Amino acid sequence: MQKYGRPSPKSLIDNTPYQNSTKKQILATDILGDLSKPLEYDETSIWQVLTQVQDPEIPTVSIVDLGIVRSVSLSLRQISVEVTPTYSGCPATDLINDLILEALSHAGYWNIKIEQVLSPAWTSDFITSTGRKKLVDAGIAPPKGLVSKSSLIDREISCPHCNSENTRLLSEFGSTACKALYQCHDCREAFDYFKCI
Amino acid sequence: MIKNTKPVDTLFIYLLRLADSNLILSQRLCELCGDAPSLEEELAISNVALDLIGQAKNWYEYASELDPLKRTADHLAFRRDAHEFYNVLLVEQKNGNFAETITRQFFFDAWHLSILESLQDSKDERIKSIASKAVKEVSYHLRRSSQWMIRLGDGTELSHEKMQSAINQLWRFTGELITSDHLEDALERDGLIPDPRKIFGLWKHSIETVLSQAKLVNPDYDAWMYKGGKQGEHTELLGFILAEMQYLQRAYPDAKVW
Ligand SMILES: [Zn+2]
Repeated sequence: MQKYGRPSPKSLIDNTPYQNSTKKQILATDILGDLSKPLEYDETSIWQVLTQVQDPEIPTVSIVDLGIVRSVSLSLRQISVEVTPTYSGCPATDLINDLILEALSHAGYWNIKIEQVLSPAWTSDFITSTGRKKLVDAGIAPPKGLVSKSSLIDREISCPHCNSENTRLLSEFGSTACKALYQCHDCREAFDYFKCI
Repeated sequence: MIKNTKPVDTLFIYLLRLADSNLILSQRLCELCGDAPSLEEELAISNVALDLIGQAKNWYEYASELDPLKRTADHLAFRRDAHEFYNVLLVEQKNGNFAETITRQFFFDAWHLSILESLQDSKDERIKSIASKAVKEVSYHLRRSSQWMIRLGDGTELSHEKMQSAINQLWRFTGELITSDHLEDALERDGLIPDPRKIFGLWKHSIETVLSQAKLVNPDYDAWMYKGGKQGEHTELLGFILAEMQYLQRAYPDAKVW
Protein backbone atom coordinates (compact mmCIF):
# COMPACT_ATOMS: atom_id res chain seq x y z
CA MET A 1 0.00 0.00 0.00
CA GLN A 2 1.27 3.37 -0.95
CA LYS A 3 1.01 6.21 1.53
CA TYR A 4 0.91 9.88 0.82
CA GLY A 5 1.68 11.58 4.10
CA ARG A 6 -0.49 13.12 6.73
CA PRO A 7 -2.52 16.28 6.71
CA SER A 8 -2.73 18.02 10.05
CA PRO A 9 -6.06 17.45 11.81
CA LYS A 10 -6.45 21.19 12.25
CA SER A 11 -6.59 21.85 8.54
CA LEU A 12 -9.40 19.31 8.28
CA ILE A 13 -11.46 21.00 10.92
CA ASP A 14 -10.96 24.53 9.69
CA ASN A 15 -11.81 23.80 6.11
CA THR A 16 -14.57 21.25 6.28
CA PRO A 17 -16.76 22.29 3.36
CA TYR A 18 -19.95 20.81 4.81
CA GLN A 19 -20.56 23.52 7.39
CA ASN A 20 -23.46 24.19 5.09
CA SER A 21 -25.76 21.36 6.11
CA THR A 22 -27.30 20.97 2.67
CA LYS A 23 -24.01 19.84 1.20
CA LYS A 24 -23.67 16.13 1.66
CA GLN A 25 -20.48 15.24 -0.09
CA ILE A 26 -17.15 15.84 1.49
CA LEU A 27 -14.22 15.75 -0.81
CA ALA A 28 -10.84 15.49 0.79
CA THR A 29 -9.33 16.90 -2.39
CA ASP A 30 -10.90 20.18 -1.38
CA ILE A 31 -8.58 20.07 1.56
CA LEU A 32 -5.55 18.19 0.35
CA GLY A 33 -5.10 19.62 -3.10
CA ASP A 34 -4.41 17.98 -6.40
CA LEU A 35 -3.26 14.39 -6.70
CA SER A 36 -1.06 13.47 -9.58
CA LYS A 37 -0.74 9.74 -9.06
CA PRO A 38 -3.45 7.09 -9.03
CA LEU A 39 -3.79 5.55 -5.59
CA GLU A 40 -3.34 1.96 -4.58
CA TYR A 41 -5.81 1.04 -1.91
CA ASP A 42 -7.52 -2.11 -0.84
CA GLU A 43 -10.91 -2.34 0.77
CA THR A 44 -9.93 -4.64 3.62
CA SER A 45 -7.39 -2.24 5.04
CA ILE A 46 -9.86 0.62 4.79
CA TRP A 47 -12.41 -1.40 6.76
CA GLN A 48 -9.67 -2.09 9.32
CA VAL A 49 -9.10 1.63 9.78
CA LEU A 50 -12.84 2.26 10.11
CA THR A 51 -13.09 -0.47 12.75
CA GLN A 52 -10.83 1.70 14.90
CA VAL A 53 -13.25 4.63 14.77
CA GLN A 54 -15.36 4.63 17.94
CA ASP A 55 -18.91 5.88 18.11
CA PRO A 56 -18.79 9.25 19.92
CA GLU A 57 -21.79 8.41 22.09
CA ILE A 58 -20.79 4.83 22.95
CA PRO A 59 -17.00 5.01 22.82
CA THR A 60 -16.41 1.29 23.33
CA VAL A 61 -18.17 0.30 20.11
CA SER A 62 -16.85 1.06 16.65
CA ILE A 63 -18.94 2.63 13.92
CA VAL A 64 -18.46 -0.55 11.89
CA ASP A 65 -19.83 -2.73 14.71
CA LEU A 66 -22.81 -0.39 15.06
CA GLY A 67 -23.54 -0.82 11.37
CA ILE A 68 -23.23 2.88 10.62
CA VAL A 69 -20.74 2.29 7.81
CA ARG A 70 -22.75 0.73 5.00
CA SER A 71 -20.18 0.37 2.26
CA VAL A 72 -16.69 1.17 1.14
CA SER A 73 -15.99 1.39 -2.53
CA LEU A 74 -12.97 2.31 -4.55
CA SER A 75 -12.70 3.92 -7.88
CA LEU A 76 -9.44 4.77 -9.60
CA ARG A 77 -9.01 8.03 -7.73
CA GLN A 78 -11.46 7.97 -4.89
CA ILE A 79 -12.54 6.17 -1.73
CA SER A 80 -16.30 6.36 -1.15
CA VAL A 81 -17.62 5.61 2.30
CA GLU A 82 -21.39 5.34 2.73
CA VAL A 83 -22.68 6.05 6.21
CA THR A 84 -26.21 5.99 7.55
CA PRO A 85 -27.44 7.75 10.71
CA THR A 86 -28.86 5.58 13.48
CA TYR A 87 -31.62 8.13 14.09
CA SER A 88 -32.83 10.99 11.87
CA GLY A 89 -31.84 13.49 14.54
CA CYS A 90 -28.60 11.85 15.60
CA PRO A 91 -26.47 14.83 16.69
CA ALA A 92 -23.26 12.84 16.19
CA THR A 93 -23.67 12.52 12.42
CA ASP A 94 -21.33 15.37 11.50
CA LEU A 95 -18.82 14.37 14.15
CA ILE A 96 -18.76 10.79 12.85
CA ASN A 97 -17.98 12.12 9.36
CA ASP A 98 -15.12 14.14 10.85
CA LEU A 99 -13.79 11.11 12.69
CA ILE A 100 -13.88 8.94 9.57
CA LEU A 101 -12.09 11.58 7.56
CA GLU A 102 -9.52 12.06 10.28
CA ALA A 103 -8.85 8.33 10.77
CA LEU A 104 -8.46 7.64 7.07
CA SER A 105 -6.28 10.69 6.54
CA HIS A 106 -4.05 9.72 9.43
CA ALA A 107 -3.71 6.24 7.99
CA GLY A 108 -2.42 7.88 4.84
CA TYR A 109 -5.50 7.82 2.67
CA TRP A 110 -6.90 10.76 0.87
CA ASN A 111 -9.41 11.64 -1.76
CA ILE A 112 -12.16 10.40 0.51
CA LYS A 113 -15.81 10.99 -0.15
CA ILE A 114 -18.33 10.42 2.64
CA GLU A 115 -21.91 10.01 1.60
CA GLN A 116 -25.00 9.96 3.78
CA VAL A 117 -27.52 7.31 2.80
CA LEU A 118 -31.01 7.00 4.30
CA SER A 119 -32.10 3.89 2.48
CA PRO A 120 -32.16 1.16 3.62
CA ALA A 121 -32.92 2.79 6.95
CA TRP A 122 -30.54 1.86 9.75
CA THR A 123 -31.85 -0.90 11.97
CA SER A 124 -30.45 -2.33 15.18
CA ASP A 125 -30.19 -5.59 13.19
CA PHE A 126 -27.08 -4.01 11.61
CA ILE A 127 -25.20 -4.18 14.93
CA THR A 128 -22.65 -7.02 14.68
CA SER A 129 -22.24 -9.78 17.25
CA THR A 130 -18.96 -8.15 18.33
CA GLY A 131 -20.87 -4.89 18.74
CA ARG A 132 -23.49 -6.59 20.88
CA LYS A 133 -20.82 -8.08 23.16
CA LYS A 134 -19.12 -4.72 23.54
CA LEU A 135 -22.42 -3.08 24.46
CA VAL A 136 -22.89 -5.58 27.31
CA ASP A 137 -19.31 -4.90 28.45
CA ALA A 138 -20.19 -1.20 28.57
CA GLY A 139 -23.23 -1.97 30.77
CA ILE A 140 -25.73 -1.41 27.96
CA ALA A 141 -28.26 -4.10 27.17
CA PRO A 142 -28.05 -4.83 23.43
CA PRO A 143 -31.17 -4.81 21.26
CA LYS A 144 -33.15 -7.96 21.91
CA GLY A 145 -33.75 -10.15 18.88
CA LEU A 146 -34.03 -8.99 15.31
CA VAL A 147 -36.43 -6.32 14.14
CA SER A 148 -36.89 -8.17 10.88
CA LYS A 149 -38.25 -11.18 12.74
CA SER A 150 -40.66 -9.69 15.25
CA SER A 151 -42.39 -6.54 16.41
CA LEU A 152 -40.40 -3.48 17.39
CA ILE A 153 -41.52 -3.16 20.95
CA ASP A 154 -42.71 -5.07 24.00
CA ARG A 155 -40.06 -7.60 24.89
CA GLU A 156 -38.34 -8.82 28.03
CA ILE A 157 -34.98 -7.14 28.43
CA SER A 158 -32.12 -8.85 30.26
CA CYS A 159 -30.05 -6.92 32.77
CA PRO A 160 -26.49 -6.45 31.43
CA HIS A 161 -25.11 -6.71 34.98
CA CYS A 162 -26.72 -9.90 36.35
CA ASN A 163 -28.53 -11.32 33.31
CA SER A 164 -31.89 -11.31 35.07
CA GLU A 165 -34.98 -10.87 32.91
CA ASN A 166 -36.86 -9.44 35.85
CA THR A 167 -36.56 -5.85 34.68
CA ARG A 168 -38.85 -2.89 34.12
CA LEU A 169 -38.94 0.07 31.77
CA LEU A 170 -38.22 3.34 33.57
CA SER A 171 -38.36 5.57 30.53
CA GLU A 172 -38.87 5.08 26.82
CA PHE A 173 -35.95 7.41 26.19
CA GLY A 174 -32.58 7.25 27.91
CA SER A 175 -29.33 9.17 27.70
CA THR A 176 -29.50 9.23 23.89
CA ALA A 177 -32.30 8.75 21.36
CA CYS A 178 -31.17 5.21 20.63
CA LYS A 179 -31.49 4.03 24.22
CA ALA A 180 -34.27 3.42 26.75
CA LEU A 181 -33.82 3.39 30.51
CA TYR A 182 -34.53 0.18 32.44
CA GLN A 183 -34.14 -1.04 35.99
CA CYS A 184 -33.33 -4.55 37.19
CA HIS A 185 -35.54 -5.86 40.02
CA ASP A 186 -32.88 -8.34 41.12
CA CYS A 187 -29.66 -6.33 41.32
CA ARG A 188 -31.55 -3.00 41.50
CA GLU A 189 -29.23 -1.37 38.98
CA ALA A 190 -30.62 1.02 36.39
CA PHE A 191 -29.26 0.41 32.91
CA ASP A 192 -29.49 1.62 29.33
CA TYR A 193 -31.12 -0.58 26.75
CA PHE A 194 -30.17 -0.11 23.12
CA LYS A 195 -33.59 -0.04 21.50
CA CYS A 196 -34.71 -2.28 18.69
CA ILE A 197 -35.50 -0.06 15.80
CA MET B 1 -50.56 31.98 -3.74
CA ILE B 2 -50.59 28.19 -3.47
CA LYS B 3 -53.18 27.92 -6.24
CA ASN B 4 -52.07 27.33 -9.84
CA THR B 5 -48.67 26.09 -8.85
CA LYS B 6 -46.67 23.73 -11.00
CA PRO B 7 -46.33 20.08 -9.82
CA VAL B 8 -42.88 20.59 -8.36
CA ASP B 9 -44.06 23.62 -6.42
CA THR B 10 -46.95 21.53 -5.13
CA LEU B 11 -44.60 18.89 -3.81
CA PHE B 12 -42.33 21.63 -2.44
CA ILE B 13 -45.20 23.09 -0.40
CA TYR B 14 -46.23 19.65 0.80
CA LEU B 15 -42.70 18.88 1.99
CA LEU B 16 -42.71 22.19 3.87
CA ARG B 17 -45.97 21.20 5.56
CA LEU B 18 -44.32 18.05 6.87
CA ALA B 19 -41.09 19.81 7.81
CA ASP B 20 -42.74 22.84 9.41
CA SER B 21 -45.10 20.78 11.58
CA ASN B 22 -42.12 18.79 12.83
CA LEU B 23 -39.98 21.86 13.44
CA ILE B 24 -42.61 23.89 15.28
CA LEU B 25 -43.62 21.00 17.52
CA SER B 26 -39.95 20.36 18.20
CA GLN B 27 -39.46 24.01 19.16
CA ARG B 28 -42.47 23.84 21.49
CA LEU B 29 -41.10 20.71 23.15
CA CYS B 30 -37.70 22.34 23.59
CA GLU B 31 -39.37 25.01 25.73
CA LEU B 32 -39.80 22.22 28.29
CA CYS B 33 -36.09 21.49 28.44
CA GLY B 34 -35.18 22.20 32.06
CA ASP B 35 -38.84 22.56 32.92
CA ALA B 36 -40.39 19.09 32.58
CA PRO B 37 -42.23 17.43 35.50
CA SER B 38 -39.55 14.75 35.99
CA LEU B 39 -36.07 13.88 34.76
CA GLU B 40 -37.34 10.89 32.74
CA GLU B 41 -39.93 13.07 31.03
CA GLU B 42 -37.34 15.71 30.35
CA LEU B 43 -35.20 13.12 28.55
CA ALA B 44 -38.16 11.72 26.69
CA ILE B 45 -39.43 15.12 25.57
CA SER B 46 -35.97 16.25 24.44
CA ASN B 47 -35.41 13.02 22.55
CA VAL B 48 -38.75 13.28 20.79
CA ALA B 49 -37.90 16.87 19.88
CA LEU B 50 -34.55 15.72 18.52
CA ASP B 51 -36.13 13.01 16.37
CA LEU B 52 -38.61 15.55 15.01
CA ILE B 53 -35.92 18.05 14.13
CA GLY B 54 -33.83 15.37 12.42
CA GLN B 55 -36.80 14.33 10.30
CA ALA B 56 -37.55 18.00 9.59
CA LYS B 57 -33.98 18.42 8.36
CA ASN B 58 -34.44 15.54 5.92
CA TRP B 59 -37.68 17.06 4.60
CA TYR B 60 -36.17 20.57 4.36
CA GLU B 61 -33.17 19.27 2.46
CA TYR B 62 -35.43 17.65 -0.10
CA ALA B 63 -37.64 20.75 -0.23
CA SER B 64 -34.57 22.90 -0.72
CA GLU B 65 -33.70 20.96 -3.87
CA LEU B 66 -37.17 21.65 -5.28
CA ASP B 67 -37.38 25.26 -4.12
CA PRO B 68 -37.98 27.63 -7.06
CA LEU B 69 -36.08 30.25 -5.05
CA LYS B 70 -33.17 27.85 -4.35
CA ARG B 71 -33.09 28.51 -0.63
CA THR B 72 -31.02 26.23 1.63
CA ALA B 73 -32.59 23.99 4.28
CA ASP B 74 -31.40 26.39 6.99
CA HIS B 75 -32.87 29.33 5.15
CA LEU B 76 -36.22 27.57 4.86
CA ALA B 77 -36.27 26.86 8.58
CA PHE B 78 -34.91 30.11 9.94
CA ARG B 79 -35.55 32.90 7.47
CA ARG B 80 -39.20 32.54 6.46
CA ASP B 81 -42.04 34.54 8.00
CA ALA B 82 -45.14 33.16 9.71
CA HIS B 83 -47.39 33.37 6.62
CA GLU B 84 -44.86 31.21 4.72
CA PHE B 85 -45.01 28.46 7.35
CA TYR B 86 -47.37 25.59 6.54
CA ASN B 87 -47.44 23.66 9.82
CA VAL B 88 -50.75 22.47 11.23
CA LEU B 89 -52.24 24.71 13.92
CA LEU B 90 -52.16 21.92 16.51
CA VAL B 91 -48.38 22.02 16.89
CA GLU B 92 -48.14 25.74 17.58
CA GLN B 93 -50.54 25.54 20.54
CA LYS B 94 -49.00 26.21 23.93
CA ASN B 95 -47.54 23.44 26.07
CA GLY B 96 -50.08 24.31 28.77
CA ASN B 97 -50.19 21.79 31.60
CA PHE B 98 -48.80 18.28 31.20
CA ALA B 99 -52.22 16.93 30.17
CA GLU B 100 -52.28 19.42 27.30
CA THR B 101 -48.67 18.71 26.27
CA ILE B 102 -49.35 14.97 26.17
CA THR B 103 -52.72 15.27 24.42
CA ARG B 104 -51.25 17.53 21.73
CA GLN B 105 -48.43 15.00 21.31
CA PHE B 106 -50.80 12.05 21.16
CA PHE B 107 -53.04 13.61 18.50
CA PHE B 108 -49.94 14.51 16.50
CA ASP B 109 -48.17 11.15 16.94
CA ALA B 110 -51.27 9.20 15.91
CA TRP B 111 -51.47 11.25 12.71
CA HIS B 112 -47.71 11.26 12.18
CA LEU B 113 -47.37 7.49 12.36
CA SER B 114 -50.35 7.02 10.01
CA ILE B 115 -48.99 9.40 7.41
CA LEU B 116 -45.40 8.10 7.59
CA GLU B 117 -46.48 4.47 7.31
CA SER B 118 -48.44 5.37 4.20
CA LEU B 119 -45.71 7.56 2.71
CA GLN B 120 -43.51 4.47 2.64
CA ASP B 121 -45.58 3.49 -0.42
CA SER B 122 -45.01 6.80 -2.20
CA LYS B 123 -43.89 6.70 -5.82
CA ASP B 124 -41.18 9.17 -4.87
CA GLU B 125 -38.06 7.29 -3.72
CA ARG B 126 -36.77 10.15 -1.59
CA ILE B 127 -40.07 10.49 0.29
CA LYS B 128 -40.07 6.73 0.78
CA SER B 129 -36.60 6.66 2.31
CA ILE B 130 -37.18 9.61 4.66
CA ALA B 131 -40.52 8.15 5.80
CA SER B 132 -39.10 4.64 6.31
CA LYS B 133 -36.45 6.07 8.58
CA ALA B 134 -38.87 8.28 10.54
CA VAL B 135 -41.59 5.67 10.96
CA LYS B 136 -39.50 3.62 13.38
CA GLU B 137 -38.79 6.64 15.56
CA VAL B 138 -42.39 7.79 15.58
CA SER B 139 -43.69 4.35 16.60
CA TYR B 140 -41.85 4.94 19.89
CA HIS B 141 -43.31 8.45 20.18
CA LEU B 142 -46.84 7.13 19.79
CA ARG B 143 -46.26 4.34 22.26
CA ARG B 144 -45.09 6.82 24.89
CA SER B 145 -47.89 9.35 24.39
CA SER B 146 -50.52 6.57 24.29
CA GLN B 147 -49.26 5.17 27.58
CA TRP B 148 -49.54 8.58 29.21
CA MET B 149 -53.06 9.09 27.83
CA ILE B 150 -54.13 5.78 29.40
CA ARG B 151 -52.27 6.28 32.66
CA LEU B 152 -53.64 9.77 33.26
CA GLY B 153 -57.07 9.27 31.68
CA ASP B 154 -57.67 6.14 33.73
CA GLY B 155 -55.85 7.58 36.76
CA THR B 156 -57.21 9.74 39.55
CA GLU B 157 -60.36 11.81 39.33
CA LEU B 158 -58.25 14.96 38.91
CA SER B 159 -55.95 13.54 36.21
CA HIS B 160 -58.98 12.20 34.34
CA GLU B 161 -60.67 15.58 34.48
CA LYS B 162 -57.56 17.38 33.23
CA MET B 163 -57.09 14.94 30.36
CA GLN B 164 -60.71 15.23 29.23
CA SER B 165 -60.49 18.99 29.34
CA ALA B 166 -57.25 18.94 27.29
CA ILE B 167 -58.90 16.70 24.70
CA ASN B 168 -61.96 18.92 24.47
CA GLN B 169 -59.79 21.97 24.08
CA LEU B 170 -57.37 20.62 21.48
CA TRP B 171 -59.84 18.59 19.44
CA ARG B 172 -60.79 21.58 17.28
CA PHE B 173 -57.24 21.63 15.88
CA THR B 174 -57.29 18.03 14.68
CA GLY B 175 -59.52 18.53 11.63
CA GLU B 176 -56.63 19.87 9.62
CA LEU B 177 -54.60 16.72 10.12
CA ILE B 178 -57.11 14.50 8.41
CA THR B 179 -58.72 16.62 5.72
CA SER B 180 -56.99 17.33 2.44
CA ASP B 181 -57.04 20.37 0.19
CA HIS B 182 -56.64 20.63 -3.61
CA LEU B 183 -52.86 20.57 -3.27
CA GLU B 184 -52.82 17.26 -1.41
CA ASP B 185 -55.51 15.85 -3.71
CA ALA B 186 -53.27 16.56 -6.70
CA LEU B 187 -50.29 14.84 -5.09
CA GLU B 188 -52.47 11.89 -4.18
CA ARG B 189 -53.61 11.52 -7.80
CA ASP B 190 -49.94 11.33 -8.79
CA GLY B 191 -49.34 8.56 -6.24
CA LEU B 192 -46.93 10.68 -4.21
CA ILE B 193 -48.97 10.81 -1.02
CA PRO B 194 -51.68 8.54 0.39
CA ASP B 195 -55.44 8.88 0.14
CA PRO B 196 -56.58 11.17 3.00
CA ARG B 197 -59.45 8.80 3.74
CA LYS B 198 -56.93 6.09 4.50
CA ILE B 199 -55.09 8.43 6.89
CA PHE B 200 -58.37 9.35 8.56
CA GLY B 201 -59.16 5.64 9.04
CA LEU B 202 -55.79 4.88 10.61
CA TRP B 203 -55.86 7.99 12.78
CA LYS B 204 -59.41 7.33 13.98
CA HIS B 205 -58.48 3.78 14.88
CA SER B 206 -55.52 4.93 17.03
CA ILE B 207 -57.56 7.63 18.73
CA GLU B 208 -60.51 5.40 19.51
CA THR B 209 -58.42 2.49 20.78
CA VAL B 210 -56.45 4.65 23.19
CA LEU B 211 -59.26 6.93 24.37
CA SER B 212 -61.52 4.00 25.16
CA GLN B 213 -58.74 2.30 27.15
CA ALA B 214 -58.11 5.60 28.90
CA LYS B 215 -61.85 5.85 29.71
CA LEU B 216 -61.95 9.25 28.02
CA VAL B 217 -64.78 10.57 25.87
CA ASN B 218 -64.04 10.65 22.14
CA PRO B 219 -65.28 13.99 20.78
CA ASP B 220 -67.35 14.29 17.63
CA TYR B 221 -65.47 14.12 14.30
CA ASP B 222 -67.98 16.53 12.80
CA ALA B 223 -67.31 19.19 15.40
CA TRP B 224 -66.30 22.63 14.13
CA MET B 225 -62.60 22.71 13.35
CA TYR B 226 -59.97 25.41 13.00
CA LYS B 227 -58.17 25.32 9.67
CA GLY B 228 -55.64 27.30 7.68
CA GLY B 229 -52.25 26.36 9.09
CA LYS B 230 -51.41 24.26 6.04
CA GLN B 231 -52.22 27.30 3.87
CA GLY B 232 -50.10 29.69 5.92
CA GLU B 233 -52.87 31.21 8.07
CA HIS B 234 -51.86 30.82 11.67
CA THR B 235 -52.97 31.58 15.20
CA GLU B 236 -51.22 34.51 16.85
CA LEU B 237 -48.94 32.03 18.64
CA LEU B 238 -46.70 31.22 15.70
CA GLY B 239 -45.14 34.68 15.47
CA PHE B 240 -43.83 34.42 19.02
CA ILE B 241 -42.38 30.96 18.38
CA LEU B 242 -40.58 32.17 15.26
CA ALA B 243 -39.32 35.30 16.98
CA GLU B 244 -37.50 33.18 19.50
CA MET B 245 -36.48 30.37 17.16
CA GLN B 246 -35.20 32.58 14.34
CA TYR B 247 -33.64 35.38 16.34
CA LEU B 248 -30.02 34.35 15.96
CA GLN B 249 -30.16 33.49 12.28
CA ARG B 250 -31.95 36.73 11.50
CA ALA B 251 -29.68 38.89 13.64
CA TYR B 252 -26.54 37.34 12.13
CA PRO B 253 -27.54 36.06 8.71
CA ASP B 254 -25.07 33.66 7.08
CA ALA B 255 -22.82 33.67 10.15
CA LYS B 256 -20.31 30.84 9.88
CA VAL B 257 -18.98 30.83 13.43
CA TRP B 258 -21.33 30.95 16.40
ZN1 LIG C 1 -29.51 -7.01 37.31
